[in-house]
Amino acid sequence: MADRSSSTAYWAANVRVILISLAVWFIASFGMGIILRPMLMGIHVGGADLGFWMAQNGSIYVFLVLIFAYAWRMNKLDKEYGVDE
Amino acid sequence: MDQFTLNLIVVGLTFALYIGIAIWARAGSTAEFYAAGQGVPPIMNGMATGADWMSAASFISMAGIIAFGGYEASAYLMGWTGGYVLLALLLAPYLRKFGKFTVPEFIGDRFYSSGARLLAVVCLIVISVTYVIGQMTGVGVTFARFLEVSTSTGLYIGAAIVFAYAVLGGMKGITYTQVAQYVVLIVAYTIPALFISLQLTGNLFPQLGLIGSYAPSGGDVAFLAKLDAVVTELGFKAYTAESSNYFNMFLFTMSLMIGTAGLPHVIIRFFTVPKVSDARSSAGWALVFIALLYTVAPAVGSMARLNLTTTMWPNAVTGKALDGDAVSLADIASKPELSWVQTWEKTGLLVMKDLNGDGKIQYVNEPGPLAANTKALADATKANDEAKVAELTAAREPLLAEAQVGTSGKTFTEMGLKGNELLTVNNDIMVLANPEIADLPGWVVALVAAGALAAALSTAAGLLLAISSAISHDLIKSTINPNISEKGELLAARISMAFAIALATYLGLNPPGFAAQTVALAFGLAAATIFPALMMGIFSHRISKEGAIAGMLVGLVFTASYIFVYKGWFFIPGTNNLPDTPDQYFFGISPLSIGTVGAILNFIVAYVVSMVTSAPPKNVQELVESIRVPKGAGAAQSH
Repeated sequence: MADRSSSTAYWAANVRVILISLAVWFIASFGMGIILRPMLMGIHVGGADLGFWMAQNGSIYVFLVLIFAYAWRMNKLDKEYGVDE
Repeated sequence: MDQFTLNLIVVGLTFALYIGIAIWARAGSTAEFYAAGQGVPPIMNGMATGADWMSAASFISMAGIIAFGGYEASAYLMGWTGGYVLLALLLAPYLRKFGKFTVPEFIGDRFYSSGARLLAVVCLIVISVTYVIGQMTGVGVTFARFLEVSTSTGLYIGAAIVFAYAVLGGMKGITYTQVAQYVVLIVAYTIPALFISLQLTGNLFPQLGLIGSYAPSGGDVAFLAKLDAVVTELGFKAYTAESSNYFNMFLFTMSLMIGTAGLPHVIIRFFTVPKVSDARSSAGWALVFIALLYTVAPAVGSMARLNLTTTMWPNAVTGKALDGDAVSLADIASKPELSWVQTWEKTGLLVMKDLNGDGKIQYVNEPGPLAANTKALADATKANDEAKVAELTAAREPLLAEAQVGTSGKTFTEMGLKGNELLTVNNDIMVLANPEIADLPGWVVALVAAGALAAALSTAAGLLLAISSAISHDLIKSTINPNISEKGELLAARISMAFAIALATYLGLNPPGFAAQTVALAFGLAAATIFPALMMGIFSHRISKEGAIAGMLVGLVFTASYIFVYKGWFFIPGTNNLPDTPDQYFFGISPLSIGTVGAILNFIVAYVVSMVTSAPPKNVQELVESIRVPKGAGAAQSH
């Protein structure tokens, strides 16, 4: 398939993955850790409220999973489009 | 063996290790000097990036900031880690594909302009030099406290060590030394934290201890609830209290994130890996090693705060603080578990004064008007203004009769208090004195000293490399003498690094007295200049050289000006136009948070200017196409 190998399609797929990842990044930190904290007061993680925990620990775990998931997804994409090294 | 000998042995052993690595990993070519020959495996590169990134501020100061800032200080935790997501997603893989050595080089090529490259060099040098001052002062302070030499002697020793391995080994030597430094600093940080978490919450892991229950009172109350109760009883803001300004907290977190992603000494780490896919995972590995410290830091901060408070009010362990007596001066002088109080009093980082002469030290929060009186009184005393002192002392009595002590329902006068008697607790104590507060063995104390030095030295080395490569590669090789040989460029890189170390040592010895504020400048400028320029260079074909230069200039001037308006022009005290207080800030935006606004302005200006100027030439458009595709990265070209 010609369009599968085109760099434009690869780039579009890449940008889509980036946008989804950035949405997760934003919701985990700025969303749950800051903006939504007052609304999440009722939910608890051990002795902390969810917003406090996300701000101090949880968001960092999300960042970690996110980067590796992104790296894994992009490696797959590289192979699909035949642009891997 | 006494503590001093132990400190000397542990620190000496780590230094011998760093020098040994430097000799083993000498750099022979510019590719090795600038980018370690692009042969560093991702996990090792991640470890080195972790040590590079975690500075004296992360190791020594951050937990203390969290201890006294509580929830609001979460901005540091999210900001200094979330930046790695931006790096992995938006910058690292593409800059690795570009395959050159420095950040200004990319900006110069992508925006086909040596002017843009020079502007990037200026931003890089301002950012890195301000940052390096903090590291050198950190080295000096740590030496002075743990090895009982003067701060300046400590600085000279630190500078000599950095000189040996950075000048000799370049990026290659620095990278492998940083791997060793990472191990030293993470062990030093987590061991005291494990012990303290076990003591306070029964959980070995501090991350679980933070959300666990408070063990000494029987475990029926959550640790954070206990901390909130103890500090609010004494009149302080609850530890988990909501932010007073969510908008500013949002902007501050964002500034730290995009600032992190725009710091040149962090970005160049991703030039050292073999492949584009390695650049992506390398950011992840870096964050793994950074997260080991950053997820422990909130536990260290909150537990140190509770330990400090229960030390001052022993009854707070099982009941209400004010139902029992405050700690007595006699106990501090005689009990071995309180000896750390005296140790740190000597350094001036901890100051207490028995104001009411009852032989006890009452640690409470003074409400607004009383705190203002205390501050004015201290200033007047320092200035030897006797009339003013008398006036303020007279005004103090009615204030004491009116002000409430925490939630006790009694006034200061009713409780026989003349004010808060724990006058100063420096943030840095929270980490440095942690092992002593928790009564841990002497070798742990020595390890913390070695860890603090590892954190400061590893960051200093990374910064010095970024500065030297900008000078030798972006200034000398590209502008002044393009025909310089490989050997000549390597020599120039080493000379400029030696010069940078000398400058950093000088500034560390004569700190302009604004180290803390300059960090805000470094992050703000990285956020407002380098990050937007790199991102637009990768994600847009259309941004022209005029757009990029205009955007960077606007970001630079706007951000620096906003900071100077509140902190003083070029940080010279007294030259600020507006007082540095929250009620004076535009829309409540503090100078620390302004980088986000500067970055937005940079994006807008660059876009608008690019729309009215001609599009970049064809070869630049092709460059943008080529960096977007991983295939064919290969080794970096020296030109």
